[in-house]
Amino acid sequence: MKIEVNHLTKTFGKETALKQLSLELSNQKIIGLLGQNGAGKTTLLRLLAGHFLPSSGEIKISDQPVFDNYTITKDICLIQESNNFYQKFKVGEILKLSAIFYPNWNADEANQLLEVFKLKKKQKVHALSKGMLSALGIIVGIASHAPLTIFDEPYIGLDASARSTFYDLLLASYQEDPRMIILSTHLIDEVSKLFEEVVILHKGELLLQEQADELAAKHQLVSGSKQAVDQAIAGKNVIYQSELLGKKSAIIFDDQVEVTPELTVSRASLQELFVYLTKEEATQIGYSN
Amino acid sequence: MTERLKEDQPIFIQIAELIETSIVEETYLAHDQVPSTNEFAKHYQINPATAAKGTNLLVDQGILYKKRGVGMFVTDQAKTIIMKKRQERFYDYFVLPLVEEARMIQLPKEQLFKWIEEELNDED
Repeated sequence: MKIEVNHLTKTFGKETALKQLSLELSNQKIIGLLGQNGAGKTTLLRLLAGHFLPSSGEIKISDQPVFDNYTITKDICLIQESNNFYQKFKVGEILKLSAIFYPNWNADEANQLLEVFKLKKKQKVHALSKGMLSALGIIVGIASHAPLTIFDEPYIGLDASARSTFYDLLLASYQEDPRMIILSTHLIDEVSKLFEEVVILHKGELLLQEQADELAAKHQLVSGSKQAVDQAIAGKNVIYQSELLGKKSAIIFDDQVEVTPELTVSRASLQELFVYLTKEEATQIGYSN
Repeated sequence: MTERLKEDQPIFIQIAELIETSIVEETYLAHDQVPSTNEFAKHYQINPATAAKGTNLLVDQGILYKKRGVGMFVTDQAKTIIMKKRQERFYDYFVLPLVEEARMIQLPKEQLFKWIEEELNDED
């Protein structure tokens, strides 16, 4: 599976959702797509799935355009946060339709997943709770075995234990049949360990694309006495700093400090990196402290 | 190997160290099969590629060997290699922080030595 996105722009009226975005994703791996609300994640994922045309630029999947092209869209399964299924269908009918649409559909797996999530084939979509609808989305996404499977915030209404079950199932199914899985989520702490590659969008542009391991190697969380830390980080690319009780911590990104015995160097979590790379400072809007 | 993974250290290094510790503790002996990357992935809910990076690190260091299509096994010299490696870093990891804390709270030298001696004798 190979995705090539070149100078992709998508506008909705006066709003620009994606600005000249270029990105390449390849091979079978689990990719985390992160970004604030409004960063353009859902727009990108829907363009990848061929839901609509870009305003300019191009998308190619396996060297082919994706819009209105069943030879490619049959290999793509996008599960969105909501409105994945027609209200009037029954769960069993959704599964039958999916089996027709997706060539790699695994009916046995789908039936097992129904049991895991305690869904019945005769239940109607419009009668399902939010959590059950999410579960149905997850079942279709996993059982589709689509070479490109995309989950865009798939678990609205799912409790923590059902989400953990989803991660287990996703990993198990991925290990049996490695495929490209893109997972877009705000619950970064929960899923960061699942990612092999991380893509961060910010204001419609690509902020970062990195192997998860390399992202860990690309930053340092430096702590120690205020003086030692200040000396070490002077002139470095500091994305976060905070001090208390004469001690200071700072995160250096895309840069290295000289490690001295007075300093402790460790790693920040993906969630912390994401927050510090993208957030607006409260002080910028006029709060003094 | 049910320790929790920490946030502030790369996961593949933690996987490698968990395996090392279980070899030093003799949970795994020479030519025993260690858990597969899939088992690590499942247990810790991590990407299998990350787990593979951890075991490959140990293959590079001569601690594990691969049998194609079967899995990963502990080498003959694994325990020796790990103990040597851990002895080399013992000073930095354990002695320095111990002395630093002792100095900060002005713990008498004699007390420190006495405790260490007591603990060491206890082991016998």
